[in-house]
Amino acid sequence: MRRKAFKAALPYTLPVFMGYLFLGIAFGVLLSSKGYHAGWALLMSTTIYAGSMQFVAIEILTSPFNLINALIVTLTVNARHLFYGLSMLDKFNISGKLKPYMVFSLTDETYSLLCSAEPPEGIDQKWFMFFIAVLDQSYWILGGLIGNVAGTVLTFDPTGIDFAMTALFIVIFVNQWESTKQHTPALIGLGVTLICLVVFGAEYFIIFSMIGIFLCLTLLRSRLEMNDLKAKEEPI
Amino acid sequence: MILTTSQALLSIAVIAAATILTRTLPFVIFPAGKKTPKFVTYLGSVLPFAIISMLIIYCFKSVSITTWPYGIPELIAGVFVVVIHKWRHNLLLSIGGGTLLYMILVQAVF
Repeated sequence: MRRKAFKAALPYTLPVFMGYLFLGIAFGVLLSSKGYHAGWALLMSTTIYAGSMQFVAIEILTSPFNLINALIVTLTVNARHLFYGLSMLDKFNISGKLKPYMVFSLTDETYSLLCSAEPPEGIDQKWFMFFIAVLDQSYWILGGLIGNVAGTVLTFDPTGIDFAMTALFIVIFVNQWESTKQHTPALIGLGVTLICLVVFGAEYFIIFSMIGIFLCLTLLRSRLEMNDLKAKEEPI
Repeated sequence: MILTTSQALLSIAVIAAATILTRTLPFVIFPAGKKTPKFVTYLGSVLPFAIISMLIIYCFKSVSITTWPYGIPELIAGVFVVVIHKWRHNLLLSIGGGTLLYMILVQAVF
């Protein structure tokens, strides 16, 4: 059963494999350039396991020692995870003993895969989701290690390779868009975030965007609930 | 390394703990045994659409449209991914092709 779930999950994680390997390498290269060897890359990718936060963590590790600052920055950068949890409450409740890991490993990318990926017929959903999560983290750890060890001998210029993650989100956006006739939530997300980026600037806009999205979705609840939002069950 | 080993370890521990907190909190507030309020269930159903949109903008946050190259590479590569994905619905082609195009744009063209 687990074997089948693993095999079913593997192809779904391919885009994250590409994205995480590239991003992980970028992280590993940057970390080693600051004097932190592979052990640190392994430790961070295993325990923190949050893409953008680990890049911010490099800044924290190369600034004067300040735990309060580390705490506040992390809470700010990762506040968006609160929304991920809210939309996974039902899905993860069937996960049993796998639930703690599912919650721990809920990154942007794993979240976006779990949003749209439905297991094929006869595949156990909780193991399917679990293997997506585990595979994603293994790619991330692998990328970080490769980048950290091989960083100094890389012969090609990786500038721009992080676009893989942007492309993944765009692809998921297109799939979501085609799966429903109700585009208001997606448009709210785009509009509110864009306005907040312009008004509040790149450093603080996410928090304001979250508040704005929350308010808009709350105000429009009666209108949006009438419409069928359920995504079609198709692989992303 | 300007931090000592133990200072670095402590910093990583705090970052890891704070990250876990942001991921765990919703599940602590709305545990499995209890009925989740209808409003929260509603939020859970519409949030994925809004959040993926938010993440796309998040990816473009460092792009400056007032200085060269005015976000043109991002625009070209972004539109490319949308068009190619709508056309073929092939993940590897959309993501691999878009990334390759973007790398060429930022490294060789702009």
